[in-house]
Amino acid sequence: MLFLAVTIVTYVIFYVTPSDPARLAAGQGATPADVERVAERLHLDEPVWEQYGRFLWQLVGEQSLGESFVNRQDVNDIVLRAAPVTAALVFGGAIFWLTLSIPIGIISALKPRSLVDRAGMVFVLIGLSAHPVWIGLIFAYFIGFKLELTPITGYADFFNPSQEQGGPVQWAYHMLLPWSTFAILFAALYVRLIRANVMETMNEDYVRTARAKGAPERQVIRSHVLRNSMLPVVTILGMDIGIALGGAIFTESIYSLPGLGRQVLQSYENFDLPVIQGIVVFSTLCIIIFNLIVDLLYAVIDPRIRLT
Amino acid sequence: MSLLEVRQLRTSFRTDDGIVKAVDGVSFSVEKGKTLGIVGESGCGKSVTCLSIMGLNNPRNTISEGEALFKGQDLLQMSPRKLRALRGNDIAMIFQDPMTSLNPVHTIGKQLVEAVMLHRDVTGRDAKLRALELLKAVGIPHADRRIDDYPHQFSGGMRQRVMIAMALINEPDLLVADEPTTALDVTTQAQILRLMRTLQEEFETAIIMITHDLGVVAEVADDVVVMYAGKVAEEGSVDEIFTRPHHPYTWGLLGSLPRLDADVERLVQIQGSPPSLLKPPRGCRFHPRCPYVLDVCDSVVPELLPVSNSPQHLQACHLDEETKDREVQKLLAGTLAEAS
Repeated sequence: MLFLAVTIVTYVIFYVTPSDPARLAAGQGATPADVERVAERLHLDEPVWEQYGRFLWQLVGEQSLGESFVNRQDVNDIVLRAAPVTAALVFGGAIFWLTLSIPIGIISALKPRSLVDRAGMVFVLIGLSAHPVWIGLIFAYFIGFKLELTPITGYADFFNPSQEQGGPVQWAYHMLLPWSTFAILFAALYVRLIRANVMETMNEDYVRTARAKGAPERQVIRSHVLRNSMLPVVTILGMDIGIALGGAIFTESIYSLPGLGRQVLQSYENFDLPVIQGIVVFSTLCIIIFNLIVDLLYAVIDPRIRLT
Repeated sequence: MSLLEVRQLRTSFRTDDGIVKAVDGVSFSVEKGKTLGIVGESGCGKSVTCLSIMGLNNPRNTISEGEALFKGQDLLQMSPRKLRALRGNDIAMIFQDPMTSLNPVHTIGKQLVEAVMLHRDVTGRDAKLRALELLKAVGIPHADRRIDDYPHQFSGGMRQRVMIAMALINEPDLLVADEPTTALDVTTQAQILRLMRTLQEEFETAIIMITHDLGVVAEVADDVVVMYAGKVAEEGSVDEIFTRPHHPYTWGLLGSLPRLDADVERLVQIQGSPPSLLKPPRGCRFHPRCPYVLDVCDSVVPELLPVSNSPQHLQACHLDEETKDREVQKLLAGTLAEAS
């Protein structure tokens, strides 16, 4: 359902936009006759619903997302080439933001108004207020350009060291800046989220029960507070990752990472509907899959949801 | 020597609106193996008194003064480490709401075992056997199977049984029960109270029973402390409180108790509601609601004094004894057709 709704909306928006993809695809200097031929080849002369039907038919029947209007490449290939880059960015970023936000969140919840708490709040404000593009440029300028600690742009393939840049080390080296840029906004959000959840859990009756049993504070927190307070975090983490896999447009653009976000931006400029649609399909799938994973994971952590 | 002797306990909370004196000079003692009932309306400081004794108030905004001598040691002065060693071992506590007092993500077995392992140097297997023993003692059917269940798989009454098992697992000398039956339905209440009494005899545990229900007190308590607005209004043996109550607040509580054995037209209610402890009334704190109010009541704080010819029975009211005896006779005639 969600899937159908999303793809239909993409089609409709695409067709109400005043544009002529056939002319763009035919190239400059094409005669009106050329444009017409191109339109016919790309089925752009058919009504919208027929095109949408054709798209669905291809997707279900041949598991194919079609061909790019612009360069006739297989959209499946385009998506599959860009997806690992985005995935690397998102998962690496998630690890970054979790390692940052979990300790800060917990400590500031346990010691409200302490130095860590206040410093954490400053960080949260900066992270929430600063736009990723700005942070990205700042990072690129100071860390990449001035200090020359990391490369400023580009992507190194993890699996194909045969290229001039490649292999895990180069890969991680190139991803450092994008990861930190991408992680900062989420880290800020998660510090707040975790802090609020831990503080709320600390007031639960069963935490008092644990103290009444004579459990030392460390054990109370480890065994009674943390797991309960992480339940909502898991839900939101799953959704965030699902959404981000559809493309981290800003971060990818700044660091010229050939991921889904940059691809969708380029395709949009060319009115390359099949590629846009392909990426939309892919990210919808990601969101659906990650929601499923969250639900399954939830059952593992929270016995109340477990099926009997 | 009493098992627990509380002297002039004062607990105040710092809040955004000012300092709230939740407990203001409360004294009582609990004898070994006996039950003390603490009665009063909501917000009169019953729970805070017990949490102070247990050291379970939030240390960040709470100050407790006075003494709480447990076997001669002052719980309020004790280091957190020593207090932890006592908690759950010599003094245990059960809470009002069994639905939220157990951790939802651990099995009840794990939570019981934790209580044992914190205080006893035993293997996990032995601890689990002990847990099983207690679950059977509190009457959980199929305890050997249910020990691996999670709290949400139990009903409220069963969860309170689990809480009782957890409290008694290390055979404490003192059990603090904070309204243990309030959240339960009436038939379950009776079962839990009976269970607590049986276990009390078996383990020789003293109990502090906090409640707002005089019916519960009549059923289980040996001695009673009636609290109002952070102070003790009256204290004495359960017989004295029920047959010769001396404080108008106690009369009010007794008058609002539904009875089946007397023909009462309506239940008497105490007018108004308990005062804010942020700014308690001057003089006797009960005077704004008291039907017998005298001129002195709004200026002089009544002292807690023994009733004549009954030195164990203390009360804090300015009213003279003759008037009191007369009013009590009326009250008893009206509501306690047969005083027991």
